[in-house]
Amino acid sequence: MTTPIIGQVINLLASLLLLIAFAMLSQRRILSLINLFALQGLVLSVSTAVVAYSSSQHHLYYSAALTLILKVLILPSILHRLIRKLNVKWDVETLLNIPITMLLGIVLVIFAFNLAAPISQMASTITKGTLGIAMASVLLSFLMMITRSKAVPQVIGFLAMENGLFFAATSATYGMPMVVELGIALDVLVGMFILGIFFFHIRETFDSLDLQHMEKLKED
Amino acid sequence: MQSVLPIDLVSIAILCWLALGFLGLALQRKPQLITAFVFPAGAAVALLLAAAALGALSGPDSVAVLPLGLPDLPFHLRLDPLSAFFLLLLGAVSLGISFYSAGYFRTMEGGTLGLLCLEYHVFLASMALVFLADDAYLFMVAWETMALSSYFLVTTDHKVPEIRRAGFLYLLVAHVGAIAILMCFGVMQGGHGDYSFATMRHAHLTPFWASATFLLALFGFGAKAGVLPLHIWLPEAHPAAPSPVSALMSGVMLKTAIYGILRVSFDLLGVQLWWWGTVALALGLATALFGVMFAAVQADMKRLLAYSSIENIGIILAGIGLTITFHTFGKDAIAALSLTATLYHALNHAFMKGLLFLGTGSVFHATGERSLGKLGGLIHRMPIVSILVLVGTLAIAGLPPLNGFVSEWLLLQAFLLSPGLPHPYLNMLIPVAAAALILAAALAAYVMVKFYGVIFLGQPREEKLHEAHDAGLWERLGLTWLALGCVLLGLFPVFVILHIDFVTQGLIGQRLGTSAARTGWLLLTPIHPERASYGPLILFLIIITGVVFTLFAVKKLFHVRLRRGPAWDCGFPEQTSRMQDSADGFGQPIRQIFEIFFGIVREVPSPFDKHPHYHGETRDRLWDVLYLPIARAAEKISVLIGKLQHGRIHLYLMYSFLTLLALLALLAFIR
Repeated sequence: MTTPIIGQVINLLASLLLLIAFAMLSQRRILSLINLFALQGLVLSVSTAVVAYSSSQHHLYYSAALTLILKVLILPSILHRLIRKLNVKWDVETLLNIPITMLLGIVLVIFAFNLAAPISQMASTITKGTLGIAMASVLLSFLMMITRSKAVPQVIGFLAMENGLFFAATSATYGMPMVVELGIALDVLVGMFILGIFFFHIRETFDSLDLQHMEKLKED
Repeated sequence: MQSVLPIDLVSIAILCWLALGFLGLALQRKPQLITAFVFPAGAAVALLLAAAALGALSGPDSVAVLPLGLPDLPFHLRLDPLSAFFLLLLGAVSLGISFYSAGYFRTMEGGTLGLLCLEYHVFLASMALVFLADDAYLFMVAWETMALSSYFLVTTDHKVPEIRRAGFLYLLVAHVGAIAILMCFGVMQGGHGDYSFATMRHAHLTPFWASATFLLALFGFGAKAGVLPLHIWLPEAHPAAPSPVSALMSGVMLKTAIYGILRVSFDLLGVQLWWWGTVALALGLATALFGVMFAAVQADMKRLLAYSSIENIGIILAGIGLTITFHTFGKDAIAALSLTATLYHALNHAFMKGLLFLGTGSVFHATGERSLGKLGGLIHRMPIVSILVLVGTLAIAGLPPLNGFVSEWLLLQAFLLSPGLPHPYLNMLIPVAAAALILAAALAAYVMVKFYGVIFLGQPREEKLHEAHDAGLWERLGLTWLALGCVLLGLFPVFVILHIDFVTQGLIGQRLGTSAARTGWLLLTPIHPERASYGPLILFLIIITGVVFTLFAVKKLFHVRLRRGPAWDCGFPEQTSRMQDSADGFGQPIRQIFEIFFGIVREVPSPFDKHPHYHGETRDRLWDVLYLPIARAAEKISVLIGKLQHGRIHLYLMYSFLTLLALLALLAFIR
């Protein structure tokens, strides 16, 4: 493959990533949300592999494989098991209605692109155009965490944010050092386990996973 | 074959200590094995460490890089004379304390003992690592390990609320200090981003930043050493801890702070300014006077010793200040004298205070009392402990021919040589400082008379004291070792100085030994034989002859009229032990003279009270003036910040989201 085509492929994958982020923002069903998250992981993994091929940075192959295993296979299966055990497959209500959330998302994307434009001009990597997209998907995931009232979608938002950060790292500097990446991967996995345990405790205490109940915990 | 370097031996000793700690944890179910085997083995390791350090003192510097730590950030070790001197101090003193612990903890319950054994040995190993560290990273790791392990040791009896409170106070001050030390290293690396001490030695700091580093180091290490006004944790934590732990903390851990100040100001900082010395000198003397004054009015034997530690740290800090002053004015010969005196005093204090704290441990074990008002007359019940503690008491009171006298005398010689300074104000002020030092030393003697007299002399103040028993074999062994150290350090100062010389040579490029040993090892002549000289062994022989002769004369001439009666009878027809001078009574003159410094709370009963009750308490005024306002301000701010708490996770997320957006926008705007 020649360089321009690779650049096109990367841009295509990046836009897919953004599209998935929007899809997650608008998705009401938890099951589909998990599938979207797995899809996002897959896109991320493929794009990392393509970047690795084009820049011949070998450690990026490892991180692509890591992403594939962790974010496409392990985490979604844990999430699936969790929602089966917690029996929360139904629709989730959002705090803001979906159209307004989408509009806010568009504003965030414009903001992120504006912010990334000068940095992209300075960067010399093949992926320099995608930094704005990476930042936008971080912000969109954050927005998703804010607008969901249930615990499981919030955790998915948190994981999606990590995806965005990872993509930002590959697009700006060809990835982080392997040690840092391994550390983050481990953190995400451990965090997932801890949050899974929290889910059960929250449900036990409040008979629901609705986080609005947690206001009761405030000390007076 | 490659020969074994001292640094390898020291590393092995550290590893052995760690291994012994975990062995103690594993042996929880067999507490008698821990006391009979693990602690004595720890003492053997201490001996190995001391021997290796003694060897390294005269040898060349050796370095090692440990493949531990973070990737690309390995631990650097370095053994130079300064490290070796403090490692020697650690090994020699912990040898005695470990022996003592083997006996002291034998009645302790297994689970607690296992944990205590682990923390004790981790504490020892971390102190050794502090002395050995050659980069800020390892230094801070070891420093924090030391603080945490000693915190857990202090709170061994964590079921008592006061002890938990004391432990918390200690942890708080330790961490405030650690932050200052961290910032000090941060300034010192000078933007290189490399935190090894080797780079710091070559970093060129402007006088402003060098001063900032020095003040941060003084604050941070001062918090650990108990320098005014950061001393408040000391009188709380030392009584709370078990006695061997107090001995270790007071004897060795406070010296890690002294080591830190010396390391930063003489080794790592390339420049020195003369006013640093003046600041350290003034602070040290204020600390010394404050500590000894408060020691005089304490009614708890371990609090008394804790305040006495503050006093001694003050003297050591004053010595450092004097050294910096002389060194910056180019008077390196006198600087070497005062640095030698300072290091000598640090070593002496480790031995004497270790001995005294262990002695209070034996008293506490035998009687279950820490309050001076309920002790007395123990010399009849615990003769061996009494004699050994007497050695420590005389040493810390600064009486010849013991070790406390030598270092204080040397320091005074340095003070009296100050007229050579090319600075008129300093010329006038330093003799005043010398007077303050003498006042502190004299008051220290007063304090020690009180300490020894009230506990061991006179008559027992409580009925149960008649059942007191002397210490066991291990305890006696530990006490004897430390007492022996006090005597030998006092009798052979020239040998000690010849060893300290390697340190002063490294730090200020001048040695004292050539002039000190000019007239042979019998006579100590710090500067010149005509000026001052001191022959401890001769003095000792004179004292011994005098005592023997007097005893003989008394036996020969008065043996007929010798009559045994109750002690301190004073001619009263009927005497009870309640009529003796009490600890409060003994401290009363000092309390009268220095009343403005104390916050005294007293409840005196009326003459007609059927059930009279007296309560007297001496409070630290600094606590009300300095610490309570800080605590109140912190509480107010916390309440304000607490208003942010709604309990709604979405709002919390929104806070961070908006902050992120604002920061990003700011970034875009600035550009």
